[in-house]
Amino acid sequence: MIINKNEIAGILTKLAEEYRVIAPVKKDGLVQYAAIKNGEEACLDYANTKKPGKEILFPQSEELFNYTVSAEGVRMQDNVDKEATIVFGMRPCDVKSLVLLDNVFKNDQYTDVYYLTRRANTLIVGLGCNEPASTCFCTSMACGPFAKEGSDIFLTDLGETYFIEGISDKGKELLAKLGLSAASEEQKAAAAKLQTETKADGSINIEGLAEKLGGMFEHPFWDSLHEKCLGCAACTYLCPTCHCFDIADEAKDCEGCRVRNWDACMFPLFTLHGSGHNPRPGGKARWRQRLMHKFNYFVERYNATACVGCGRCIKNCPVNLDIRQALAEVRALD
Amino acid sequence: MRNPYLPLPMKLVKNFTETSDKLIHTFTLEFLSQEDAENFKYAPGQFAEVMVYGKGEAPFGIASSPTEKGILKFSVAKVGVVSTALHMLEEGTIVGVRGPLGNSYPLEQLKGKSLTIIGGGFAFTTLRSTIQYILDPANRGDYGDLTVIYGARNPGLLLYKDELAAWDARPDINLITTIDREVEGWTGRVGFIPTVTKEVAPKSDYAIICGPPVMIKFTLPVLVECGFTPDRIIMSLENRMKCGIGMCGRCNVGSKYVCKDGPVFTKEQLDKLPNEY
Ligand SMILES: Cc1cc2nc3c(=O)[nH]c(=O)nc-3n(C[C@H](O)[C@H](O)[C@H](O)COP(=O)(O)OP(=O)(O)OC[C@H]3O[C@@H](n4cnc5c(N)ncnc54)[C@H](O)[C@@H]3O)c2cc1C
Ligand code: SF4
Ligand code: SF4
Ligand code: FES
Repeated sequence: MIINKNEIAGILTKLAEEYRVIAPVKKDGLVQYAAIKNGEEACLDYANTKKPGKEILFPQSEELFNYTVSAEGVRMQDNVDKEATIVFGMRPCDVKSLVLLDNVFKNDQYTDVYYLTRRANTLIVGLGCNEPASTCFCTSMACGPFAKEGSDIFLTDLGETYFIEGISDKGKELLAKLGLSAASEEQKAAAAKLQTETKADGSINIEGLAEKLGGMFEHPFWDSLHEKCLGCAACTYLCPTCHCFDIADEAKDCEGCRVRNWDACMFPLFTLHGSGHNPRPGGKARWRQRLMHKFNYFVERYNATACVGCGRCIKNCPVNLDIRQALAEVRALD
Repeated sequence: MRNPYLPLPMKLVKNFTETSDKLIHTFTLEFLSQEDAENFKYAPGQFAEVMVYGKGEAPFGIASSPTEKGILKFSVAKVGVVSTALHMLEEGTIVGVRGPLGNSYPLEQLKGKSLTIIGGGFAFTTLRSTIQYILDPANRGDYGDLTVIYGARNPGLLLYKDELAAWDARPDINLITTIDREVEGWTGRVGFIPTVTKEVAPKSDYAIICGPPVMIKFTLPVLVECGFTPDRIIMSLENRMKCGIGMCGRCNVGSKYVCKDGPVFTKEQLDKLPNEY
């Protein structure tokens, strides 16, 4: 199917009457995800959002439930968000990160109702990248500028128009309701060409990397890797696959709520025991944890690498630590 | 979908000062609803997140045994926000409990076996659960000889003094208590746990050990000397936790989450993981 770019705003405005529509918008000098009412606000002409797409399903700060305590007992109010939502124009790396996070938020024993309820009620419109940034290396990470995994509908930018594909049943159903026109053979061919020929940095080879890292916990390699690191955790907060969180209660008198906030393994307090013992006392152990979690532990647990090559950690690190370089160094070790 | 983040309301029925330094209290909690009491099925070694409304929650090993119906016990050291708030609670206060969480000691697998249980400091809590469970008349016949080595810095810091006395009086448990230094009036052993373990040289099918990291570090080689193979040494870890359900990413050791895959592991399992606990 095909749609003219100038029709998009109208369709989004209409969809926003029925759904919560979330799209990238320009706000405070950044491109970031926000709920929109007017389709004109959507900004699809962007490299990638500053904050990752995970924030839509797993917000940076979220009230899980609140409570009032009285002599009669405790009254609790759970805040599961069930609103039907369409996310419009998410880049393939961010979409893929949600597929990875699904593994975390549902395990054989427990279900994170907050994340999974949102997930079940959200339809994702992915948007391919015609011009990957210099920091993008999704092609190396079982992802890619036109990877469709996780998208319900997928858009390919053909200049004046978007080529539109329904991927999941959910996506196809919505498209059927919109009554769009069919793409010409020429347009189909143009989309196919873009999709196969556009590549980001694909020079990092992850084959066998997990196994190699598995034997490297005590390797001197870790001694110097972290030396420049400030421990600011920008890399982990802005990573679409990092999912660590903290749980805290906020309360005043007899009313309180429980919130969860993003947290990060790059902070010393993250693992500090009450006794004062800290299993990861320094930068070395923390950088090792970050890399090992993404490229070894996550692979062992979920059979997938916890990095989609979005490049945010590279772009935003104040001291220019580059995870690609760390991986290349691991590769180069005997 | 059951929401694993929502605590069950429980009533604090007893706030007991356990040790002479007053830093450890034992809390007895009662389920408010009969249904919750029946649904909360746990085994020795599991833990729960205990919540003080308005302050937050923290993980504590369940000190009671499933054979003690309708209640849960926790012995808590005063170290920070939640534990201090707990210590100050009046009896009758409602608290929240999330659990049971984590795995447990493999008591099914241990049936018919003789056991040595070694505990140091207040990490003895989940071992109390195990011992109480085994000593219950309904279960005692399922297990062989039971040796317990339990040490504290001084007699005042020993937990569950009444129970220790009761256990000591029974013929079906060999209880050895030890303190670090000679104290007037103390008739038990004196010496650190690794030393005492070496002297006792326990011979059992399995050893269960729980205590502060240093104690574990020095006792393990002794157990190995006594002939316990790594698959027959069972330990419990205590990494810092928040979610308790394998999602917040805080408590991992390698690819394992202590909250969900543990806290109980055999030495054999831990030997394969990075030494980061
Ligand atoms: C499976 C398991 C079982 C456990 N069983 C027991 C048990 O049976 N009994 C028991 O007493 N304990 C037990 N613990 C330990 C217990 O969970 C901790 O002592 C508890 O979390 C303390 O909670 P708190 O809110 O009182 O402390 P917190 O306020 O969280 O503080 C704990 C410590 O962390 C440090 N800390 C925290 N926040 C900060 C900060 N912002 N700045 C600087 N330092 C900080 C401090 O050193 C402080 O003393 C267990 C732990 C686990 C994982
Ligand atoms: S962004 Fe850079 S400096 Fe900050 S914690 Fe990450 S690696 Fe260290
Ligand atoms: S590790 Fe870096 S490049 Fe990989 S997904 Fe996270 S932020 Fe993106
Ligand atoms: S406590 Fe959250 S993963 Fe273990």
